[in-house]
Amino acid sequence: MTFVRRALRHRSFAVGAAVTMLFAFMALLSLVWTPHNPTRINVRGRLAAPSPDHWLGTDQFGRDVLSIIMAGAQNSVAVGVVAVAIGMVGGVALGLLAAACRGWIEETIMRAADFLFAFPAILLAIMLVATLGSGAVNAILAIGIFSVPVFARLARASANAIWTREFVLAARASGRGPWRITGIHILPNIASVILVQATVQFALAILAEAALSYLGLGAQPPTPSWGRMLSEAQPLIFQNPMLAVYPGIAIALTVLGLNLLGDGLRDLIDPRLTRSRT
Amino acid sequence: MWGDWGEIPRSGLSYAALHNAVFAFLAKRFATFLATLFAASVLTFVALEVLPGDPARVILGVDAPDSAVAALRQRLGLDGPPLERYLDWIGHLARGEFGVSYTYSVPVIELVRDRLQVTVPLALLSMALAAALALGLGLYAAAHHNRRGDVVVMGLSQLGISIPSFWLSLLLILAFAVSLNWFSSGGFPGWRNGFGPALAALVLPAVALATVQAAILARFIRSAVLDTMREDYVRTARAKGLSANATLWRHVLRNALIPVVTILGLQFANLLAGTIVVENVFALPGIGRLVLQAINNRDVVVVRDVVVLIAAAVIVINFVVDLLYAAIDPRLRARDV
Repeated sequence: MTFVRRALRHRSFAVGAAVTMLFAFMALLSLVWTPHNPTRINVRGRLAAPSPDHWLGTDQFGRDVLSIIMAGAQNSVAVGVVAVAIGMVGGVALGLLAAACRGWIEETIMRAADFLFAFPAILLAIMLVATLGSGAVNAILAIGIFSVPVFARLARASANAIWTREFVLAARASGRGPWRITGIHILPNIASVILVQATVQFALAILAEAALSYLGLGAQPPTPSWGRMLSEAQPLIFQNPMLAVYPGIAIALTVLGLNLLGDGLRDLIDPRLTRSRT
Repeated sequence: MWGDWGEIPRSGLSYAALHNAVFAFLAKRFATFLATLFAASVLTFVALEVLPGDPARVILGVDAPDSAVAALRQRLGLDGPPLERYLDWIGHLARGEFGVSYTYSVPVIELVRDRLQVTVPLALLSMALAAALALGLGLYAAAHHNRRGDVVVMGLSQLGISIPSFWLSLLLILAFAVSLNWFSSGGFPGWRNGFGPALAALVLPAVALATVQAAILARFIRSAVLDTMREDYVRTARAKGLSANATLWRHVLRNALIPVVTILGLQFANLLAGTIVVENVFALPGIGRLVLQAINNRDVVVVRDVVVLIAAAVIVINFVVDLLYAAIDPRLRARDV
């Protein structure tokens, strides 16, 4: 059976891919079209109930909730992509370096990774924000930096396993240097594992960004963001509770979709892991 | 010598050698612990003081005269070479002397002491709830492996991992404060006004924090129990006539819970980070809210001292878990080469 056919039959992968694609499409669509301008304030139409004109109603500034959610997807996708890219590039490079060099370099890199792993990510974000001021860029940096040790550990463990394989021994025997072996043999063989982790980290980045934006440390107004929508909805929870429900559903569904996609990918890439996966 | 650690029972090392090995193991772990603490302090210092951006300028605004900014820099202890300031700060911290808050004009340690009365009970309550919920769900899922119960529990766990704790907090407020009116939507009456009301104020935040933790933990427990159930000694126990329940309690659970201890420890770090957000949702006067208020007030002294305290708490917990783990499962020490 081809990979695509197997993938389509895998329930978790199919559902996860569909949900993820839906949100990616929503983010792309919002670049060119939203039902209303997500930042346009209309005081007369504030806190309107759902209607054919405003499917999810309007918020306290009269902005269309559906349009803000669509535009908020852009922010989440952007943060996820950039933060995961930072974590993946930095982490994989360090992991491969550790596996190729061994000795004190490996020990230093892994101890540093252990340390960053133990340090609550949101704390660094808070410190960065305290020094540099609130903003999406600082939030992305903090989330990205804390993805580095996750990728570094995974890349090093996977690379170490590949370094012991016969074809790598053969490449070494034929006189290839460690960097060439890493580029030609190690990296392509660990790429699938890294990809699976990237989907999980993407989901975590979206959660972290939402939390930071909720606290007022992430994307600043008027940039639409799901986390800030929730913090703006909280004072109105007695008056208009649904405002605090819609953005949360968007966050939870996106994260759920990415997690299912990651689980599905893991199964498809290595079916032996299915049994033991947690 | 660490490679031989697992071989001790067979090679019959003398008591003195064993004693030395244990001492060396503890010394190595303690050295790592100290190095991590040191790294945490450096990271905090560098992030707050050496990165571009002047806290005094931020507090006073861009239009403030340079002389006022310079005076505030001196008052906040921000003038002088970075290394000297770091050594000064760390020296004071080591002696238990914390800075004085710019906003509250009281020593940071007093602020922390007050706020811990909220954060520590909240974290413990969440951890206890998470552990109880996860143990029940994880065992149920493992006992019903690949059946409907397992699928339902794993689905719920997947959902629990995907829900942000602060959104769950809002949903709990909607359900139990707005609709049912069972709990208040936020605030903390303090322990002096009675144990009941204070505990009631922590219930919803603890449930919000525990749900996400339990979702992660339940998956680990299920997986650990399933792995242990495949072991030979479990099959032997069943073959000699022990009932399924007795095998589960006497053999499976005891062994399956070993890796769970570590996960619990690692999750404590997430839990502390989670309290920062959840305390703000419920307007609880805990450590998390203190940090955030300090950021809004640009109170660098409070941010720096509290962040390093939280980091130290996480590192100490990880260190204790590490030792506990090694004490429970001696095989681990062999792997720690």
